[in-house]
Amino acid sequence: MDTQQQYGDDARPVLEGPDIARVLTRIAHEIVERAKGADDVVLLGIPTRGVFLARRLAEKLESITGTKIPVGSLDITMYRDDLRMKPARAIGRTEIPGDGIDGRLVVLVDDVLFSGRTIRAALDALGDIGRPRAVQLAVLVDRGHRELPIRADYVGKNLPTSLRETVKVQLAEEDGRDTVLLGSKPAS
Amino acid sequence: MMRHLISAADLTRDDAVQILDTAEEMARVADRPIKKLPTLRGRTICNLFFEDSTRTRISFEAAEKRLSADVINFAAKGSSVSKGESLKDTAQTLEAMGVDAVVIRHSASGAPYRLATSGWIDAPVINAGDGTHQHPTQALLDAFTMRRRLVGRDAGLGQDLAGKRITLVGDVLHSRVARSNVDLLHTLGAEVTLVAPPTLVPVGVETWPCDVSYDLDGVLPKSDAVMMLRVQRERMNAAFFPTEREYSRRYGLDGERMAKMPEHAIVMHPGPMVRGMEITAEVADSDRCTVVEQVANGVSIRMAVLYLLLGGNDSDSATPARTEESK
Amino acid sequence: MTMSKTLIRGAKVLGGDVQDVLIDGGTIAEVGTGLSAEGATVIEADGQILLPGLVDLHTHLREPGREDSETVLTGTRAAASGGYTAVFAMANTHPVADTAGVVEQVYRLGKESGYCDVQPIGAVTVGLEGKKLAELGAMHDSAAGVTVFSDDGKCVDDAVIMRRALEYVKAFGGVVAQHAQEPRLTEGAQMNEGVVSAELGLGGWPAVAEESIIARDVLLAEHVGSRVHICHLSTAGSVEIVRWAKSRGIDVTAEVTPHHLLLTDELVRSYNPVYKVNPPLRTEKDVLALREALADGTIDIVATDHAPHPHEDKDCEWAAAAMGMVGLETALSVVQRTMVETGLLDWAGVADRMSFAPARIGRAQGHGRPVSAGEPANLTLVDPAYRGVVDPADFASRSRNTPYEGRELPGRVTHTFLRGRATVVDGKLA
Repeated sequence: MDTQQQYGDDARPVLEGPDIARVLTRIAHEIVERAKGADDVVLLGIPTRGVFLARRLAEKLESITGTKIPVGSLDITMYRDDLRMKPARAIGRTEIPGDGIDGRLVVLVDDVLFSGRTIRAALDALGDIGRPRAVQLAVLVDRGHRELPIRADYVGKNLPTSLRETVKVQLAEEDGRDTVLLGSKPAS
Repeated sequence: MMRHLISAADLTRDDAVQILDTAEEMARVADRPIKKLPTLRGRTICNLFFEDSTRTRISFEAAEKRLSADVINFAAKGSSVSKGESLKDTAQTLEAMGVDAVVIRHSASGAPYRLATSGWIDAPVINAGDGTHQHPTQALLDAFTMRRRLVGRDAGLGQDLAGKRITLVGDVLHSRVARSNVDLLHTLGAEVTLVAPPTLVPVGVETWPCDVSYDLDGVLPKSDAVMMLRVQRERMNAAFFPTEREYSRRYGLDGERMAKMPEHAIVMHPGPMVRGMEITAEVADSDRCTVVEQVANGVSIRMAVLYLLLGGNDSDSATPARTEESK
Repeated sequence: MTMSKTLIRGAKVLGGDVQDVLIDGGTIAEVGTGLSAEGATVIEADGQILLPGLVDLHTHLREPGREDSETVLTGTRAAASGGYTAVFAMANTHPVADTAGVVEQVYRLGKESGYCDVQPIGAVTVGLEGKKLAELGAMHDSAAGVTVFSDDGKCVDDAVIMRRALEYVKAFGGVVAQHAQEPRLTEGAQMNEGVVSAELGLGGWPAVAEESIIARDVLLAEHVGSRVHICHLSTAGSVEIVRWAKSRGIDVTAEVTPHHLLLTDELVRSYNPVYKVNPPLRTEKDVLALREALADGTIDIVATDHAPHPHEDKDCEWAAAAMGMVGLETALSVVQRTMVETGLLDWAGVADRMSFAPARIGRAQGHGRPVSAGEPANLTLVDPAYRGVVDPADFASRSRNTPYEGRELPGRVTHTFLRGRATVVDGKLA
């Protein structure tokens, strides 16, 4: 993937590898604090990069609490409200941990929070899978411009942006490096 | 993906693998408490069946309902079809009613192709079996079953059936399942062998991408999957073979023959089975026989096809799961 | 145009030398150069080809019974447009033309139309059922003077009935035209049996079903000393059999349709029933063998098998569709494309295959005559340089089921004369 081409010539990093590691550690601590120990926490990442972030968060939670944290993925493609505006999309993987989500505290994990539509779809998807005690949301970047009454419980970085800008999260598991890029939309 | 699904021969390797991968995800829905996705909410799909087939119809119907589509079942068997007007008139009626897709089963080869290309209707057309021509969703669910069993449920993702040796046994001449499977399995890299009495192999088969053998026992040890095709008893009266007993003896699959297959090899059948004719009860009920799995897989495959044809707009290529703009 | 004099100036008669042809009344008065135009309507042929009026030994006019697809009037208008001055109307009407009454009716309708002579063909067996001989003698003795008998659409498959028919018509110089199709081998047949049918899953019509009947019938004809005519021969194997039979001195004649000279079964991949015809479109190899055979005289004539069908009988799925194609208005163009432009036949050859020989086989009085003084003025003027795209909307036929829609074909009939009266002028029906 050619970053320069896809995100304009002026794409610049706003978070680097060590920053990402640091904010994930902070979020892990916040989860433990708010969930009072994280005993019943289930992390569900939203494909693709939300899943990697969820796994990283789980590792950090395990090292803090010493207990195994269930991690899964929740694909929301089939629940989107804009399916008919684009060609059919390849669908991602939904993997719910063995013990399910009933009565648990589900923390949804995604890379960027923008319009909120993905999270709306995720809440619908979740409802078809089980009945959590509560649902919370953790995101690496909140870039604003919400179109729905949705907010994140845990935010790595608040990043005020213009609609003409793009935010791109790259993670080692998928992209070979950790970074968050802010750029302008290509003219095309 | 294309706009219609008429023939397995129209699918590229990547199209087919995408359908199989999508079906793997759809299969998970069956394990959930709520076996339903909102994806095709507000879309109307008509199951237009000019030929009886309860199995295929309910499989499509289950798939459509799991994707939240509104379903209209239209059974137009026999009657005015022989006059020919009814396909066009029915199509135009459905078009006027605003149907978003038509799943068609027809006894006339080429009827779905005609429906898709004649200008009678705009909606996508999915072939649910036409005459002795094609039955692409059957071939897809067969390939899905083979990939799961021979490659692996997870290991199979993104993979085709390269190098797998597949044997189809029985009435190839009258079989849309055979035609679809030969096309799709070849596209997916498998090596296909047809085994049948020479009377049930079509003239012109020499151009098909497969081998033809008359010797089942010789082929079985070299097969990773053996698919038994249904043989209708009526064929006997048309002198395709002398007696049912002789057919079973030469081309039927019994326990003894099954033992000649490699240990990992599976036995498949598109159903409904004629037990005692092409397959013995012992084989049909064995662990190696995938008939019941094939039925379950049929729903997942049809969900995948419906999603890929109808889930997006009319543009013709799939895009990555999410784009940055839509977070 | 009146029945007075017409001078066709500067036409290549049968594709040969440029000559003038003077028509006086219903007769060719003079053929030569520098003929006087005095008192005559002059047609500047400008090097166009002048042929004897074409004769079609195999036309379906559909009347009586299926006037929704064609009538004698519309069919003969189509024939005139295509350069024909005589057509033989097949017997598979409703009711079947198996009695003197029906053939006389068709004959009379042809006379009334005035566009083209209509010579009815009588059925060989009652109701085309292949069981019992129709009253062949009565049809011959009727006003229609039937000489050609055929169950076309169905094969006279019973060997004894075929033998008897061949023998019986000798008494009055008749001929049986056989639709060669072994019925058991073609049950449920939808298209040529071969590579394409195997793929499309359409019931196969094997070449052997035609060839086996032709082989039987030429041997029967030899045995009883009769002549036999083979309708719409379509396979390379049939050509071999007819060639063998002729070399043996058997009195056999054969026809080929324009569509079998041009089209192949690959077109069926579209599942468009406009390509559904009986016998079916065959392979490239067959097409080339048929052209060769027409060129060397093994196949004697081109006959259209003009088979009109209403739109709804083709606007449906393949299996439900009727078999057949219209052909009268495109035949000469297809022959020009497949035989003349390929160098296989010259225009004199075309005159033979499409006029002289069919008239001879069918004993058509006053047709298929030389273009010379004293002969009936049945003439067709063709502009071979013309190039046009086939538009069925232009057809005079009531039906539009042509396989050539949208195709460019060469040549155009500019004038047709039936006994001196112009039925087509400047490419339009008079």
